[in-house]
Amino acid sequence: MSDLLKNIIRFVIFILVQWFVLFKIPPLHRFIVPYIYYLFILWLPFSTPRFWLLLIGFLTGLSLDYFTQTPGLHAAACVLIAYIRPFIINLLIPKDSSEFTYREPSPRTLGWTPYAVYVLILTLFHHGYLLFLEWLSFGSLLTFFVKLVATTGISFLLIFTTELLFTRKLRYRTNTA
Amino acid sequence: MRNLFLFIGRYFTFFAFLAFQVLALSFLFRYNKYHRAVGMGMTNELTGWMNSKYANVDQYFHLKQESDRIHQINDSLLNLLRSNFLNPDTATRFANDSIPYDTLGHRRRYLWRDAEVVSNSISSERNYIQINRGSKHGIRDNMGVLSADLSLVGIVVNTSENFSQVMSLLHVKNNVNAIMKRSGSAGTISWDGKSPLYLTMTGVPKSDSIFRGDTVLTGTYSLSFPPLKVVGTVASIVKDNTSSFYTLRIKPGANFQNLQHVFVVENLQNEEQEKLDKETRKKIDDMKKLGR
Repeated sequence: MSDLLKNIIRFVIFILVQWFVLFKIPPLHRFIVPYIYYLFILWLPFSTPRFWLLLIGFLTGLSLDYFTQTPGLHAAACVLIAYIRPFIINLLIPKDSSEFTYREPSPRTLGWTPYAVYVLILTLFHHGYLLFLEWLSFGSLLTFFVKLVATTGISFLLIFTTELLFTRKLRYRTNTA
Repeated sequence: MRNLFLFIGRYFTFFAFLAFQVLALSFLFRYNKYHRAVGMGMTNELTGWMNSKYANVDQYFHLKQESDRIHQINDSLLNLLRSNFLNPDTATRFANDSIPYDTLGHRRRYLWRDAEVVSNSISSERNYIQINRGSKHGIRDNMGVLSADLSLVGIVVNTSENFSQVMSLLHVKNNVNAIMKRSGSAGTISWDGKSPLYLTMTGVPKSDSIFRGDTVLTGTYSLSFPPLKVVGTVASIVKDNTSSFYTLRIKPGANFQNLQHVFVVENLQNEEQEKLDKETRKKIDDMKKLGR
């Protein structure tokens, strides 16, 4: 399956799961909102051009926004993590995109610890920005921080459950590919 | 000028990032003002369509609560039915507690209560059903039990504080008066303890013409059951040339395999009728003893 087709299917599944499953389950707690859809951006191939990363991030966020009726909210957060994603990868594994032996970030590509850091940083940025935008209109500072920590924790848990449940078959990158 | 382009080209990604951010934020803050952005109408159609599909599936998960609710409404409506009241002679009225009367002065004869089945068996020869209503809720022995679609299920034989034991129609000792809907001839419903799918009806004279599918109703003289409720339909006629009465196999109207909701019906005049019956017998016996 080509990368394009695979990512389109992923995109649809992530958005649908986020809206129809995670947003529909009875709320666990007022501080906890389970998020996973942005894992789609985390899973994009290393070789994605940076401008495309931004555009894809924007569209991903906007698609979810049209479900939640908050245009721009998730889009802004997604654009942010799409922008800082290459920096984080560079920071964790200083390699050129062509030097990676696999196509996309995963625990196997980066190693469990760097991958966890990668996920944690981007999750914090995503939720932080998202909650900050929400907080601008209402809420107290304490609520903001507690919600950030709780939501990040739950997302972290969800992402690693996903990683363990759905092991992606990653093709080893050869010169021909 | 050239330097400016070089500068922009160098930090193109960053500017793109800023542009997207501004776009997203402008969406976010403008949406509050203009409640429907231009693009929103179309995407609303799409997401609305998907949401309605989802709601369709989601409904199934709430069916149980929904059916509980409907059962309770049925219960309250049943108590308003005209057939629960006796129509007395309009000239004679008793000044009495107003509760047993409906607004037209009819005396209430049957009171319905809804109940849920907590355990049920069909595999034994003596099958009992346990329901979640007991003496605390006013259930007493000999009250009739009908299924959610008002077919006969059984009769209360024992009560505890919160639960009652119901003798199912699928009980070898069960003996219920019934009539054929077509002719009105009375018979007796019993069960042979073999197949939980069929009951037996005896005592209908062969002078009647009986067809497969004829409806069998509860008799009008029963003290426990309201009259003319469905018991079942005739499934087949057992050949028996030695008797002048039919032996009929009856398919019960209630589905005993998956009983969930039932109604318990109380005959408010049961006590009075029984008392009168007992006293009459005693009186006649006494008269005989005295040799009159």
